[in-house]
Amino acid sequence: MASESPREDEIGFGWTLGTFLGFAVLVLAWAPFWGVESIPFRALWGDVSNHTAADILWKLRIPRVCMAFLAGTALATSGMVFQAMFRNPLATPFTLGVSSGASLGAAICIQFRWAFLVWGISSVSLSAFGGAVATIVLVYAITARGRQGASTATMLLAGVAISFFFSSLILFLQYISDFSRSFRMLRWVMGGLERIVDFHDVWNVFPFVVAGSLVVWYLTHELNLLTTGEEFAFSRGVNVQQTKLLLFFAVSLMVGAVVAICGPIGFVGLMAPHICRQLVGSDHRHLFPITWLFGGAFLVICDTVARTVIAPTELPVGILTALLGGPFFLWLLLAHKRELGAF
Amino acid sequence: MRNLNTNVVLEARKFSCNIGDKPILRNVSLQIRRGEYISIVGPNGAGKTTLLKAFDRMMTGEISGELDICGIPWEEWKQSDLAKLAAFVPQADSRVLPYTVEQFLLMCRYPYMSPFATVRSNDRKVVHEAMAGTGTAAFAKRRLDTLSSGERQKVYVAAALAQGAHIWLLDEPTTFLDYHHQAEILSLVALANKEFDVTVVAVTHDLNRAVLESDRIIALREGELVFYGTPDLMMKPDMLQKVYGASMLLVDHPKAGLPMIVPRMTPEQEKELAKWRAKAREKMK
Repeated sequence: MASESPREDEIGFGWTLGTFLGFAVLVLAWAPFWGVESIPFRALWGDVSNHTAADILWKLRIPRVCMAFLAGTALATSGMVFQAMFRNPLATPFTLGVSSGASLGAAICIQFRWAFLVWGISSVSLSAFGGAVATIVLVYAITARGRQGASTATMLLAGVAISFFFSSLILFLQYISDFSRSFRMLRWVMGGLERIVDFHDVWNVFPFVVAGSLVVWYLTHELNLLTTGEEFAFSRGVNVQQTKLLLFFAVSLMVGAVVAICGPIGFVGLMAPHICRQLVGSDHRHLFPITWLFGGAFLVICDTVARTVIAPTELPVGILTALLGGPFFLWLLLAHKRELGAF
Repeated sequence: MRNLNTNVVLEARKFSCNIGDKPILRNVSLQIRRGEYISIVGPNGAGKTTLLKAFDRMMTGEISGELDICGIPWEEWKQSDLAKLAAFVPQADSRVLPYTVEQFLLMCRYPYMSPFATVRSNDRKVVHEAMAGTGTAAFAKRRLDTLSSGERQKVYVAAALAQGAHIWLLDEPTTFLDYHHQAEILSLVALANKEFDVTVVAVTHDLNRAVLESDRIIALREGELVFYGTPDLMMKPDMLQKVYGASMLLVDHPKAGLPMIVPRMTPEQEKELAKWRAKAREKMK
């Protein structure tokens, strides 16, 4: 990617972006037609002899692929943001406890057998989202009490402490629960997209992902400078406190919405940003669109494999993300011979 | 924005700073005029860096008193406006910085950039001039964390230049550098000060360099302003004793006509050391 003049750099990135865009579009177009039941393209406009094929396509496959793309995009983007904000390559979208908050919400709902629907959203998703929001508010409240405003270290520690606390509560609920409910909780915590039927959930998550992504896109210059250190960023004119809070709320809400529907799907948020950094470097003006596209496409691929590889049963997609992504990342790391764990 | 005071660029009036119960700065009052070269000296923990950072609104702890930057109280500044005037130049440490020198310097054009925008050709021009002026163009494409600390310190100076700031706040810019790089950094700063009217405020432990380079010296001790004046007045035995609480030997610089210091031990310390040496010799036998 190294080239002589800066202009060529921009053009080179244009090609990379085009490639990723094409790749993402191909994946999105291919994934709905791939599966146990192979479906002809004609089903798109309902021009088939049996209506089951069209139903599978429009009620199951396409919503599920859309959801996978949104979830992958949101998780990868928030992983990228937290890694830059905390200057820590091990930060993930779940570092600040959003996923354990959501999981606790879901576990409580399962334990007490709440079953209702509000605007087509299930009770489990609603209480999971409630748990996520409660965690966000809690982490912020603890951080804001600090003397020096929202200190990054305090935020990180508060998030991790709350995360462990909630995880213990989930284990406790599982322990006192009966076998079937305990299994439902366990299955929820693994994450997955098999619950997606029709477009309700997609439309519910969509605004959160769009809003979160826009905030991140708006703040790419700031993310670059935050990576060099908060003091340095401040002296270059960045309003560090305001930027951090904006990123924290936008990204956490986005993750909360995704986790409420899909459960905590691991690995994408940790590894997708690192994979993209190996490919295009750490300049967030470039890194953000690539991570956004790659995260979405990656989760769509993983989910497609998850629902076909041991058909007719499904694999939880969280298992596959690590199984496919881990070796891929290691290969990339060895092929590029770059420093391990560097931003 | 209100009219800037371009004559007095920095002014503190009874400025104090406490962290918890510990006072870091106490009732500091001073004025720095445009184009001056000021060194801040004093023993460790005297509050030098706190004062320097306060000039760039990096406040920590509880603040009392007033601090004006170009005639406007520090609370009223917007950081992105201030960044066009003042730049903090940190010490070159070994943190991971995943950017090339050129990328890094382009990022320092932040106060002039709008969100979503790509880099404009004017930003590139300014950055290339800054690299040419600081001798950093040779490693423009190298990642910052592959550079030596001397090279990286030069990049940090180039960052202040690229940012277009005319108040440079340097935090011990030469402490960990060899003599060659020390001289390079200091001549870059001196050049900016003399040729481009840049106001320089530098924290340093090297009193001899401070005496040679600066127009005036600020000496702090335990958060209090002990001395603020020209170098020749600073280099008096009683003043040095007052600031550092240590006794110094003064010798004349062969060319500058100013006294230089050589640290030395007090008679009591020398006696103590002689005792230890004698004991050690006994043991050897």
